[in-house]
This record gives sequence, C-alpha cells and structure tokens, in this order.
Amino acid sequence: MAEVRAFARSVDWDARSQTLVFGAIATIALVFLIAPTVIVLVTSFTSAATLKFPPQGYSLRWYKALLDASQLQTAAWNSLRIAVSTTVLSVVIGTAGALVVSGSRAFWARALDSLLMSPLVLPALAFGFACLMYFSLIGLSPSVPLLIIGHTVVCFPYVMRTTIASLAQLDPGLLEASESLGAGRLRTFWRVTVPLIGKGIAAGAFIAFMASFDNVPVSLFLADARTEVLPIHMWQIIDNDLDVRTAAVSGVLIAFTIVLMIAAERFAGLTRQIGR
Amino acid sequence: VSAPASKRNASEWKLALPLAVFMLLFFVAPLAVLVSMSLHKDNQLTVWTLGQYGKFLGDPFDLRILWETLVLGVKATLLCLLFGYPLAWFASRAGPKMRALLLFLIVLPILTSVVVRTFSWIVILGKQGVLNATLISLGLIDEPLKLLFSETGVVLVLAQVQLPLIVLPLMATLSRIDPNLSSASAALGAGAWRTFWKVTLPLSVPGMIAGCILAFAACVTAFVTQTLIGGARLVYMPLFIYQQAVGANNWPFAAAMSVIFMIAVLAVVYVLNRMGRGSRGRIYG
Repeated sequence: MAEVRAFARSVDWDARSQTLVFGAIATIALVFLIAPTVIVLVTSFTSAATLKFPPQGYSLRWYKALLDASQLQTAAWNSLRIAVSTTVLSVVIGTAGALVVSGSRAFWARALDSLLMSPLVLPALAFGFACLMYFSLIGLSPSVPLLIIGHTVVCFPYVMRTTIASLAQLDPGLLEASESLGAGRLRTFWRVTVPLIGKGIAAGAFIAFMASFDNVPVSLFLADARTEVLPIHMWQIIDNDLDVRTAAVSGVLIAFTIVLMIAAERFAGLTRQIGR
Repeated sequence: VSAPASKRNASEWKLALPLAVFMLLFFVAPLAVLVSMSLHKDNQLTVWTLGQYGKFLGDPFDLRILWETLVLGVKATLLCLLFGYPLAWFASRAGPKMRALLLFLIVLPILTSVVVRTFSWIVILGKQGVLNATLISLGLIDEPLKLLFSETGVVLVLAQVQLPLIVLPLMATLSRIDPNLSSASAALGAGAWRTFWKVTLPLSVPGMIAGCILAFAACVTAFVTQTLIGGARLVYMPLFIYQQAVGANNWPFAAAMSVIFMIAVLAVVYVLNRMGRGSRGRIYG
C-alpha cells in the first residue's frame, strides 16, 4: 500500500515538474513574442525626442508630426495601392490555382502545385534581383505595374494554400447535387463553391495583403525612383537617423494590423485557417 | 470515370494553361535569366564563363560570408525551437478559449511589419535601451552590453521575428497526436517526462522539421533584420548580393552568388527533410 502511494506521489511530481518547466519556458516565449510590440507602442507616445523606454512623459507629438510628414504619407499611400492591386491579382490566381490543383491526382497537377508554391521557399531577394535583370533585358524599366506583378508572384501562394485547405473540406456531393438539379457549372461555382470556400480565400487574401504591404526584397529591385514604398522608406530612416516619428508610424501600423486581424478573425476565422 | 468528371478534367486545362503561362513568364523566365547571367562575364550577356563561380568559391572571404549566413540561420532556428516547442505544447493542450487567445497572440507578430518588429528591438537593445538599463540598475553589469550590431543580437531578434513560423506547424502536429497514446504510456507506468521523450517528442518530429525549414529559410534571407540589427559591418548573403547587384552593378557575380545561396539553402532544407524521415523510423526503437 505504501509503495503504491509512493508511486502515485512520484508520478504526480513528475507531471508537475513537466508542467512547471514547459509552462515557464512557454511564458518566457510569449513575453519574448509580445514585449517588443508593447514596448514600441508605449515609446511612440513619448514626449521626449529620444527613444528611451520607459518615456519620462507622454504626449501625442510624434503622431501629430506624422500629419506633416508628406514623404511618409506618400510612401504609405503607394504601399497601400500596390498591396490592394496585388491582393486582387493574388485572389484570382491563387483561387484558380487551388481549383486546378486540389482534387486532381494527375502528374501534371502535382507538378503545377510545386511550381506554384515554390516562390514561398526561394529567397525573395534573389527573385527580386532576377526580375530586375529579366525585365531590363526585355526592355522594361522598374515601374508600379511590374512591382505589382513581382509582389503577386510571392503573395498568391498564401491565397492558394488557404483555399486548398478549404476545398479539402468541401463535400463534392454538394457540387454534384447542384449540377444534377440543373445548375450549370458556372452557376454551381458562384452559388455553391464560392460561398463555401470564401472564408479560406478571404484569410489568404488578408495574408497576401499584409505580405505585399510589408514586402522589401522585391520592392528593393522593382520600385522605380519616384515610387517609394513604406517599408523601404522606414528601413532607410531607421538605418540613417533614428527618428522618433518611426515609433509613431510603427504605432499606426500595429493598430492597423490589429484592427484588420480582428476583422479577418470575425469574417474569415483567420487563426483557424492558419492553424490548420 | 463518369461523364461529368471527365468534362471537369477537360475544363481544368483551360484554367491551368493561363496559370502555367503566368508562372513561366514571371517566375521561371526571371530565374532562367538569373542562372544565365551567372554564367556570363558581363551585364550584356556576351561572353560565357564559369569565372563568377570560380571567383566566389575561390575567395575565402566570400565563402566565410556564406558560411556565417548558414550558421546564423542554424543558431536562430535552434533558439526558435527551444522557445517555440514548449509554447506550442502548452497551446495545443489549452482549452478552446485560451487556445484561440494564444493563437491570436502568436499570429499577430507574424502579420505585423518586419520593419516595425525589427525597429522595436532597436529600442530594446540599444546602449540606452530597456535591456541594458534594466541590467545596469539590477547591478548585473557595469557597462552597457554591445547587443546592437552584434551576431548575438541578430540571432536573438531573428529568433523572435520567426518564432511563429515554428510554433504554428508544431501546434498543428501536437494537437493531431492521439491523446490515447499518452494515456497508454502512463497506464504502462511511464512518468510524464518519460512519456514526453518516448512518445510525444518522436511523434512531433514532422511538425518540428516543417517548422525548422520555414524558420531557417526565413532567417537566412531576412534582409531587413540582418541589416538593421547587424549594421554595416556584419555582412550576410542577402546584403552582399544587394551590394554587388545594385551598388557595384556587377550583375553576373551577384547572380552567381544568388544561385550558390539558393543551392545552399535548398541543401539544408533537403538535409532537414532527410532527418525527419530518418527519425520517423526510430519512433518505436
């Protein structure tokens, strides 16, 4: 009896020590993950002209300073325009890719699948550089449309991935039912398939939008001299002189990300789509 | 095969063709130009040569940059795994509400701009940053540590920036493991730690490998983080390629460097994949 009790106690200690060790590291990891965002948010409200944390006093002066920062505003507007166009193109290509690839076990479908997904694994900087050389060899100089194409190549695989995951859960019986009830293929696609995989497409579109908005390696080579994009502009400011306005821009971008993420969570179940 | 199915296959081709053309025009063709450029002597592609590869592979300075980039990726990935595994383990065991919250907190950083995330580390790691101020006020150090513009700093920041890439696939794998296996292990007398080492850990290897591949590929090509935290003196492959391509306008050499860099990254990914397959055989050993 005593032996059994001792055994039970030792098992208990074993499990508890495991929870303790894993819990401690997981907590550190979570703090490690979140703290930088919190620190930069707090710093952006400083009243001082330095990035000292914690700030001595708080004010909105750096956010007000953004209202006069015309270069930053232009860069943000350029990034937004490019990201919206990239997202639209990515949704069309990614959804089409997912429809073609999923469900088909043919050799060519699998080959096309790995071709379509490969932009995610290759170093994006090498791809950006390759595009610069390719376009200049065929006589095109960097421009916004070329930049959008370059972004699309590295962003549409996100849409394709989430859409494939949604299609895998789609009951093919529903499509057959719709067709046997007399709906054409196009009508079935818009009325049955799209509503059922819409959330997957939306989640992918959101990720593609953020990836384009934040892209540096492709923009570095394909943006023309007049079109400055936000991440590169910020990168240059941080590299040259640490301007406190950067903290305010970061604050705006973090708020923007959180709001969009909550919206994407509501409408598309974003984290479920990613965690799948 | 029924008639509607074959009709569907026929129309699939109509969708597949424009996609294939798009990829050929804007992905395959640029990469072909990249490879072709690396085999030439000049930007105008007039003289063929293997000289660019010889130049890179024969220069110990260039090879060291490649080596240091790969080592940087390995170090940052291992740090990611050390922090990421327990976090994924915990999140996959949490209740639905807690799990949703954790997932939100894990996904948020990955969607926040990399420039913003790197910038926040400059606020933390600088000479007057939070970390040095805290360590000095605790009396642990007398002089501020030089974390910014050091390799340690770059590894630390890369590990934080890419942490979600390792946590997400691990969470997916860990939550798919049949809980009955742990119960069976416990019923057979194994303690929690023994069950973890003998059952959970081996079964989660595929998720670990998938996460490590994503994190490694992201770390070695993280241009923004490497340049801002590493500064001008710590040169890794992406900055080196950029300097040669844009600064020196030496396209053939930059192209050869890109090809060598891509092959090196793919080789590491291949080795990781092999490790994943090899360890799967040892689960019950």
